[in-house]
Amino acid sequence: MSLILTAALIYGQVALAVAALLALWRLLKGPRAQDRVLALDTFYVCIMLQLLVTGLRLGNPHFLVAALIIALMSFVSSVAAARFLLRGEVIE
Amino acid sequence: MSRLVPHPLLSLLLFLLWGVFTSFTPGQMLLGAAIALVAGRAVATVEPEPLRFRRPDLFVKLFFIVGIDIIRSNRDVVRLILSGGRHGERVSGFVPIPLTIRSEGALAGLAVIITATPGTTWVEYDSRTGVLLLHVFDLRETDDWATLVQTRYQPLLAGVFE
Amino acid sequence: MSALPLWAALPVALLVVLGATLAVLGTWGLAVLPRFYERLHPPALASSWGTGAIVLAVIIATSAGEGRLAIEAIVVGVFVIVTTPVTMMVLTRAALQRDRAEGADVPPAAKADSVQSGSADPL
Repeated sequence: MSLILTAALIYGQVALAVAALLALWRLLKGPRAQDRVLALDTFYVCIMLQLLVTGLRLGNPHFLVAALIIALMSFVSSVAAARFLLRGEVIE
Repeated sequence: MSRLVPHPLLSLLLFLLWGVFTSFTPGQMLLGAAIALVAGRAVATVEPEPLRFRRPDLFVKLFFIVGIDIIRSNRDVVRLILSGGRHGERVSGFVPIPLTIRSEGALAGLAVIITATPGTTWVEYDSRTGVLLLHVFDLRETDDWATLVQTRYQPLLAGVFE
Repeated sequence: MSALPLWAALPVALLVVLGATLAVLGTWGLAVLPRFYERLHPPALASSWGTGAIVLAVIIATSAGEGRLAIEAIVVGVFVIVTTPVTMMVLTRAALQRDRAEGADVPPAAKADSVQSGSADPL
């Protein structure tokens, strides 16, 4: 039984790594700044899910806190970047 | 009551959050309650109007309706991505929707629903005319998005938050 | 994690596979779709039930592993649900404003809501 769970967790890790690479590809390719902000936000979501699955695989509850921090960083950075696109300045 | 606990919902959520992250022992509950009350008072200095939250029963109903709708639109969007957009026949576009809800709580709830549903995105809301602009991924003539939002979510949101 | 009983291991495995697959499909859509406003939609797969399924898996696994109701992970799910609309609203506003400034094929701004009026900004 633990074999199925281990296989599922390894699949999850690989799939989320692929997802992060796809988001990274869009981040690098653009073509416009709003595409890059959207890709950055999605990339952060993939990394956050990766941390959760890795925490499950290693049985370490502290990965949950890391995932929460990544979610927080994702929100702040994406809003700041989108705000920059909207106004040209972050602090006004 | 309203002077001592200006934001009852916020304070309750903070208290529960404190308990979940520490433990529900008497000492932690006391500390959590103190923090929740002080934080509620602090928020009241910048945001005097508390969120109106009536009818928790309707909120639960809305929660399950939205959860099932999101599963359904997840399936639709996955199918569209896998089939290459119904073999090139998919059309996406902007849809204007006139809304009657005006309160910030109800609009924020609608924003969460629209954004969390794959296939629809909140584009712009004009607070003077009350018209919401959506972008819809798969625009079929058989789907009336304006009527869907107006009749399915709007009455429930108005009941919960207004 | 091998100590999980069968009733917990099976749903955890299914939920992790479901969530990771939704994340891949969402980012695949983000990578291949041709227009920006279309690319806005697929990432919602990852942030709605993609996150939901994995958070649920963490809750089940932690609860079964520690023999108590461990719902800490729900905070991550709630946080993602609450913050994604804010990000998306600011981002689409910015994209719309840039497209309007360039005269692209997007709906026009409402009357008296010129690009410079910051007071109408709900955020």
